[in-house]
Amino acid sequence: MIHTDVLIIGAGPTGLFCAHQLGIIGLKCEVVDNLDKIGGQCIELYPDKPIYDIPAIPECTGEELTNNLIDQIKPFNFNFHLSDRVQEIKNESEKWIVKTLKGKEFLTPNIVIAGGVGSFEPRKFPVENCKKFEGKEVLYSIKDKNIFKDKKVVIFGGGDSALDWAIELSKNSKVTLVHRRDEFRGAPSSVGKIKELESEKKLEIFTKYSMQNVNGNEKIENIEIKNEEGQSKIIDADYILGFFGLIMQLGPILEWGLNIDKKMIPVNTENFETNKKGIFAIGDICTYPGKLKLILSGFHEGALAARGCFKYARPNEKYRFEFTTTSKTVKGRIGIKE
Amino acid sequence: MVKIKYIEHDGNEHEIEVAQGLSVMEGAVQNNIPGIDADCGGGMSCATCHVYVKEDWFNKLPKKTEGEDDMLDQAYKPNSSSRLSCQITVSDEINGLVVHLPEKQV
Repeated sequence: MIHTDVLIIGAGPTGLFCAHQLGIIGLKCEVVDNLDKIGGQCIELYPDKPIYDIPAIPECTGEELTNNLIDQIKPFNFNFHLSDRVQEIKNESEKWIVKTLKGKEFLTPNIVIAGGVGSFEPRKFPVENCKKFEGKEVLYSIKDKNIFKDKKVVIFGGGDSALDWAIELSKNSKVTLVHRRDEFRGAPSSVGKIKELESEKKLEIFTKYSMQNVNGNEKIENIEIKNEEGQSKIIDADYILGFFGLIMQLGPILEWGLNIDKKMIPVNTENFETNKKGIFAIGDICTYPGKLKLILSGFHEGALAARGCFKYARPNEKYRFEFTTTSKTVKGRIGIKE
Repeated sequence: MVKIKYIEHDGNEHEIEVAQGLSVMEGAVQNNIPGIDADCGGGMSCATCHVYVKEDWFNKLPKKTEGEDDMLDQAYKPNSSSRLSCQITVSDEINGLVVHLPEKQV
């Protein structure tokens, strides 16, 4: 069991800056995020897109913003628990016991939900009977490519993941690539490579088709794909891979007894606490009159939530407001010696 | 104001007036029309404001912006009449537009 002052759910800009504010006021935190990297939407959705409304930064990309925020909290040495998701929370004598999907356990008086619009999960096939094969022969990510050796693999999607795996797996497997339209959005070099492999008959491509049905009882035997003109084709398959990008799901947060309004969590604007004592919500996931879904609003919310956490983490101490410019204590915390 | 009709997957129709300059997505969200999630808030970074526009209207709308089809690849059951409603700006030219909402967004 990991003991901490605050557990932050979500390593996007809001969660990161809240961690900074916690560090400044002398609290410890642990950060859990479902993605395998730090940065949330900034890094997953728009790492290269310029952002123009971060105060005092005329222009920066999602990746630059993330890297700067990571730099800013380096002195505090907070732990990140990536590729993991908070699954369950339980109240126990003024504290929360938090369990993750991977089995980690935390004991904390404060939880800060900075979960954006939810955790990123792969978009799945919209075909009902795919479900029973999911995790076995229907996959949305690849852990061990060796399982595909000498097998028939059908890959769906038009982005880099689909193209890269089609190219890679075509070396040792019979690969069919299916995409809903003629244009692929993957890197031009990969698109070129795919077309080359097709002309060498090393893989087959069907465009303007999408998944219609999966046939098989214990194992998949074949799949049916269909185009908009209603023509369908049957393809023999051992494995089906879908690369349709990521969607965001609130997931287990919905089951914690929090008030939820249109996928958002109402909070008070004094300290961003929710209807549950010791649970705060900041950033895109929180809502209150006048809420703006801006990164800068998330920063403000994180700063106030951090102070809100102080009273539960240090019930016998009085919080003292200090400036980073003048306070020796604060400077000490960020490792600046005078 | 411009009339837009949103038809849910189950056939439930909502005809509302939307101010010029807003997007078709914003018109739905501001009027609490179920079936449009708009998770990213209109940044063309998700595909949860996906709508279908039938041929007659589809061809009258301004063409898809660059990257819109890439996002639509990631929508729930996209087809050739799919659009992202955050990318359709409401103007007098589209008065009477009808959009069909998919069964779900995520």
